[in-house]
Amino acid sequence: MSENLTAVVNDALTANSSDNLLEIKNLKKYFPITAGLLRRTVGHVKAVDDVSFTLKAGETLGIVGESGCGKSTMGRMVMRVLEPTDGSIIFDGQDITKLEGKELRRIRPKFQMVFQDPYASLNPKMAVEEIIAEPLVVNKAATRKQAIERVSHLLERVGLRGEDRLRYPHEFSGGQRQRIGIARALALNPKLIVADEAVSALDVSIQSQILNLMVDLKKEFNLSYIFISHNLAVVRHISDRVGVMYLGHLVEFSGKADLYNHPLHPYTEALLSAAPEPKRENRRERIILQGDVPSPANPPKGCPFHTRCPKVMDVCRSQRPALREVSPGHLVACHLY
Amino acid sequence: MAEPLLAIRDLKTYFISKDVQVHAVDGIDIDVFPRQIVCIVGESGCGKSMTSLSIMRLVPQPRGKIVSGEIQFDGRDLLKLTEKQMTDVRGNDISMIFQEPMTALNPVLTIGAQITEVLLRHRNMTKREAMAKAIEMLQFVGVPRASEIVHEYPHQLSGGLRQRVMIAMAMVCEPKLLIADEPTTALDVTIQAQVLELMKKMREDFNTAIILITHDLGVVADMADHVVVMYAGQVVEQVNADDLFHSPLHPYTKALLESIPSLEEEKEVLYSIPGTVPDAAAYPVGCRFADRCPIAQPSCREKMPELREVKPGHFVRCDLV
Repeated sequence: MSENLTAVVNDALTANSSDNLLEIKNLKKYFPITAGLLRRTVGHVKAVDDVSFTLKAGETLGIVGESGCGKSTMGRMVMRVLEPTDGSIIFDGQDITKLEGKELRRIRPKFQMVFQDPYASLNPKMAVEEIIAEPLVVNKAATRKQAIERVSHLLERVGLRGEDRLRYPHEFSGGQRQRIGIARALALNPKLIVADEAVSALDVSIQSQILNLMVDLKKEFNLSYIFISHNLAVVRHISDRVGVMYLGHLVEFSGKADLYNHPLHPYTEALLSAAPEPKRENRRERIILQGDVPSPANPPKGCPFHTRCPKVMDVCRSQRPALREVSPGHLVACHLY
Repeated sequence: MAEPLLAIRDLKTYFISKDVQVHAVDGIDIDVFPRQIVCIVGESGCGKSMTSLSIMRLVPQPRGKIVSGEIQFDGRDLLKLTEKQMTDVRGNDISMIFQEPMTALNPVLTIGAQITEVLLRHRNMTKREAMAKAIEMLQFVGVPRASEIVHEYPHQLSGGLRQRVMIAMAMVCEPKLLIADEPTTALDVTIQAQVLELMKKMREDFNTAIILITHDLGVVADMADHVVVMYAGQVVEQVNADDLFHSPLHPYTKALLESIPSLEEEKEVLYSIPGTVPDAAAYPVGCRFADRCPIAQPSCREKMPELREVKPGHFVRCDLV
């Protein structure tokens, strides 16, 4: 009785203290560049540089940006498969930045990942059953018999047939393989799924099947997503809030309607105008950025975007703008605001 | 209307091995007029890339084979040319750019050597003249430091720059037709916008017709004058770009447009086409989309619908419209 009561109180406490499932604070990842015989460090690639955000329980957070902006590195740090250089990751009220060994293994089932390439992310030598049951077995979460029952159930939930568990990955199409990857991620009842370009390798007709599936599963399993993609339209469809990254920095962060209807950062504006939109009457006036993204090993001083920004001012070349809240819930890192 | 520059008639390209015949391209008709941008759109495996390789007569050997049809280009049937005559056409009258510029460029030759090769083969130029022309062309496509970059190698350039180099190489002989197979798929959106803009400029300045192969309907809306929608080796709809987006007729085209998320509008649930594309080695006798079609009738499965002109210039392969 008293135990039950404590549990209830504890639940209430965590719910009150914050409804954030994940808090990222000043997260950094610098990869060393080495040179010479002794492999001395001569510089750093600042893949993620001082990124902070929060994810509420039940929310889908979209992260968009172009190649090399640090969005995948960020996702991998949240998954604790990459060591952050600095900063902290607070998951479900617990600081997991420094967890190791047993403690880390205990918390891992709560966050899982879905990968981009449905061909590379499934072991071709394992039957679907083994692929999906592996996380259950590794975490000693089920006996073999229970695991197999759960595999059939999961396969049906992601739109495949229970019998498919005995087949091998090569027998499936790309879309079906992605469903298997999702079933594997769901096996341990996670709270958070990080999906890194999960639909980018799929044809549009299959892409919409997978997006709809992810939306359904989110409701059914009470999931939260971090959805990383370069495709702005896909991110708009699935996300509640969206962060835009450029050269390792979060340059804009806001609710989705606000971000797409009133983008503030010149980079977000250019990105939205450059994305091809099938409805011609909906087309935004196109802003064509000049040049390429600068190298993250040698980022420009001041604002990282100033070398390509159509609205650049003098101050942008020397001072890096901080991410500030300019209207409720709408954060932007730009000297214009 | 003027004569088409390229007229493909009943083209069939099959892959033949011992026990299976894969009908990659299964009887297509496409016209491309001078200065026109024609987009061929469809999902993986629909035959769009094989169509372009057939035009270039570069279908993978020995299994791939153009089994019938004709490709009239500028008054000649390309399928009747000898290999040597065809070599004079490639890079000169028709050139091609590919999705992955890193694999299409030779990693051990300098940029300059690769562009001048085209000129030395097709134009009566000295090496020095060819190099000057190569630099001029690189400047024209917006490559910075062109006179230095001709001495550099592909790995030293970014993806966007490599694709500009590919375009410079393809355009240096001012071809009448440029075939671009997913030219921006590997690029980021801001770089994609630059490359698409450059392709439009090529059309304006060289009067080049362009066949643009893509799976991205957004790119189609941006670029196309005329659109060919392919499904399972066949053309299922063919019409000018405005009509395609405003009044698509084929259930497959409609479903495709419904299933892409929009940047500008909220859709609660995306339409999703059930099932997958039929196996190219065993197409059904009737309509190939019937199994995934929301309005399919029993008759659809019995007889293959013809590509019919339902309105002037609007061709659809569906008996129900």
